[in-house]
Amino acid sequence: MNGFPAIQPGPPVATGCVDTEVLRERGQREVFCGLTGIVWLHRKIQDAFFLVVGSRTCAHLLQSAAGVMIFAEPRFATAILEERDLAGMADCNEELDRLVHQLLARRPDIRTLFLVGSCPSEVIKLDLAKAAERLSLSHHGRVRVLNYTGSGIETTFTQGEDQCLQALVAEMPAQSATEPSLLVVGTLADVVEDQFSRLFEAMGIDRVAFLPPRSATALPPVGEDTRVLLAQPFLGDTARALLRRGASLIDAPYPFGVEGTLAWLRAAGRDFGIAGERVDTVAAAPAARARKALERYRPVLAGRRITFLPDSQLEIPLARFLATECGMRPVEVGTPYLDRQVLGGELELLGGDTRLSEGQDVDLQLDRVRVDRPDLTVCGLGLANPLEAEGLRTKWSIELVFTPVHGFEQAADLAELFARPLIRNERLAV
Amino acid sequence: MQLTLWTYEGPPHVGAMRVATAMRGVHYVLHAPQGDTYADLLFTMIERRSTRPPVTYTTFQARDLGGDTADLVRTTVAAAYERYRPEALLVGESCTAELIQDQPGAMARGMDLPVPVIPLELPAYSRKENWGASETFYHLVRAMVASQVPAPGTEPPARDPGRRPSANLLGPSALGFRCRDDVPEIIRLLETLGIDVNVVAPEGASPSDLGRIPAADFNICLYPEVAYTACAWLKRAFGQPMTSTIPIGIGATRDFIAEVCALAGTDAEAALQDAAARLPWYSRSVDSTYLTGKRVFIFGDASHAVAAARIADEELGFTVVGLGTYSREFARELRQAAKHYGVEPLITDDYLEVESQVAALQPELVLGTQMERHVAKRLGIPCAVISAPVHVQDFPARYSPQMGFEGANVLFDTWVHPLMMGLEEHLLGMFREDFEFNDTAAPSHLDGESPPREALPETSKPAPAGDDGCDWTPEAESELRKIPFFVRGKARRNTERFAVESGIARITVETLYDAKAHFGR
Ligand code: SF4
Repeated sequence: MNGFPAIQPGPPVATGCVDTEVLRERGQREVFCGLTGIVWLHRKIQDAFFLVVGSRTCAHLLQSAAGVMIFAEPRFATAILEERDLAGMADCNEELDRLVHQLLARRPDIRTLFLVGSCPSEVIKLDLAKAAERLSLSHHGRVRVLNYTGSGIETTFTQGEDQCLQALVAEMPAQSATEPSLLVVGTLADVVEDQFSRLFEAMGIDRVAFLPPRSATALPPVGEDTRVLLAQPFLGDTARALLRRGASLIDAPYPFGVEGTLAWLRAAGRDFGIAGERVDTVAAAPAARARKALERYRPVLAGRRITFLPDSQLEIPLARFLATECGMRPVEVGTPYLDRQVLGGELELLGGDTRLSEGQDVDLQLDRVRVDRPDLTVCGLGLANPLEAEGLRTKWSIELVFTPVHGFEQAADLAELFARPLIRNERLAV
Repeated sequence: MQLTLWTYEGPPHVGAMRVATAMRGVHYVLHAPQGDTYADLLFTMIERRSTRPPVTYTTFQARDLGGDTADLVRTTVAAAYERYRPEALLVGESCTAELIQDQPGAMARGMDLPVPVIPLELPAYSRKENWGASETFYHLVRAMVASQVPAPGTEPPARDPGRRPSANLLGPSALGFRCRDDVPEIIRLLETLGIDVNVVAPEGASPSDLGRIPAADFNICLYPEVAYTACAWLKRAFGQPMTSTIPIGIGATRDFIAEVCALAGTDAEAALQDAAARLPWYSRSVDSTYLTGKRVFIFGDASHAVAAARIADEELGFTVVGLGTYSREFARELRQAAKHYGVEPLITDDYLEVESQVAALQPELVLGTQMERHVAKRLGIPCAVISAPVHVQDFPARYSPQMGFEGANVLFDTWVHPLMMGLEEHLLGMFREDFEFNDTAAPSHLDGESPPREALPETSKPAPAGDDGCDWTPEAESELRKIPFFVRGKARRNTERFAVESGIARITVETLYDAKAHFGR
């Protein structure tokens, strides 16, 4: 491949930041809770409905996070706990059953219903697993009722998807086949899924399934011959649940950027005993195209300093992409939590002089941003405008989970997301 | 439990944030889990405020529960005080913390901070955002004027005749609908009346400014949803009178001027005929004739909805066909207004109920919140936004008050703009089958905003057999299609009703015109 340093998954390289000090902070976190995942999961799994059992705050969070989206009738809702629900658990369960009946009558198209736990439902110890069992029985044959938690006391932002997929893993049929099959895990845009399917097929892997599937009734099977390839770096619990079902995990970086995607495909190929040359041949055209497209943004990004505030959990792989493929210099990379089992490969590839932080004390972290003055700060919606007003350019992290950014064809789009605020800054004369 | 898709109001602590964020020198420590920090974006993204709301969240996690959440409150309060040095500190909790009962307010009070600490207890499972704002403002005002409350029964001192009368403007808050522009508009109006503004609060005020509230002769309760509780208490405690008119619309602005002048003891005449008030002439000009009897559905917070109904009825000549609010606290005022216009009041915070009302009434214009805008868009009905909650585009860059005479000008433009222009409407009626000038085209001045109408009940229905079991002949059906879309639903309903009432089983072209003659426009 022509002139670019290819990423070789292997033993840690000397410059990697596997062993660097991680700055651990515990103060105010400025991160969404796991409920937020519903905003994209409900679009992806088209026959599923998400019912949050929570408070008005939970409903308001979903509405505010989804505010950036088109106001179609959503496939999610909140069962808002009221004062009288807190009085007795029996009534609370009865109320929930009543609401679910009401909801299912309104939406006969629903095949899978997720009861999503919240902080209030957990604190009052409302047993949603039991409720799901009970409701599954009473709606047997029509709707399957599952549950998971998206509560802010247990999960941050993208961990909600991890919990949701974990609930689906328990429902996956056992695989009886003896041929290995590939399971790609993590919500991907449909168009990206199709691109990957074509690449895998060309590589010679034709037993490929995706989790979550577009329809929750079409869950792929799992068993000893299932090879799990993670497409998102926040799915540690799902991966471990799949391992418990006999699957094995392919060690790979994440398919962000050209080299990330190439390494990801190669890792899958290696696992399936496919020669590296074959993978390279299959990837040659799209990779070359993507490199060319990426070239357009390199001049804007190269040499610019970037800080990631902890948010989507995509921080480490994206910093790696921006550093190795776009020439950016990561100053601080914050992550809500560091799961070394699924991020080990990425840490090796990230430059060693990057400050890595885990957890958050938002006031202290913003103090550091003000001292560092990076060219670009990736942060949540609540912080972006205040930083802009201080003369710092920002990029909303939420866009990174709402936009197709994986794979070859999207590599330039991903770079463009980071280039745009910088280009805009140069254009504006006001 | 209540099944909710979209909510008109957030939880009560968001109301408290709206007060804290509007003010200077206030900080709010909120005992809440990390996800609750989403509320910051309401202010920084939707309202585009350039600073973070003055709120520190404890962001406790599951592993803290049962252990040291109380300690977490203490360290957070101490750190927030050290960093922000506020003049007054609000301390409260959100829904989850309410359940674990740490009583952060009481705890913070016990910390002997050198500033007033105001504990907020806002029950999250029974109350909502506006109530939370109102309660927070009341407690803040009360805390800051506590030392000045006179003994019960004391007569308020008479005003020195050499001093100009003065008033406080109470209620404008962060995220409030058009507060930013209403306040200067009202200040300007008061200026022409010779009345000084003593304190504007909460927007822009510091806690010490609140301490100066009792010095004014009376209070202008500009946004009752936020200020009524405080104004009513000030009236009881200090004998400070308060206004009851919301100056939205020409008539209400004139009433407001009269009310304010009576309280101030000044002459109203000067201000009553404001040359800048263009609404009356615009509404009387012949071009506006086509507005007559337009059927309008109104929903919002109670103050804005009631004000809108009066303008629609008296000042634009519309017909109010539906009126509702999500503010239960002001249901009485809305019921009164609904009675006046002869419609059923709709008091609900269930967005689906509002949607089905709009679909059933088939109005020609919807005046509502961001929710009604989406409903109207789906149903293909023109809409203007008149009340919170709103999206980012409803915080316009240009000056666009709702209150006072300039506010009335803005309302005329905003409400009339989404409608088809008079002559255009006629031409559509005459030449229905013109291939490029037809009713699936948007109004010509609304470029490219052709409304989606797939959800219109009348088009989703298969041709024959109406709801009432009437059959439509194909000829009648095609005649119906010649009627412009914005009245077609009504025509269909009226015809079917007429058929049922007259015992007609099969609707013909004749029936259609008989029904038209029977009901009029
Ligand atoms: S943090 Fe907890 S209470 Fe807050 S929105 Fe998320 S689940 Fe609901």
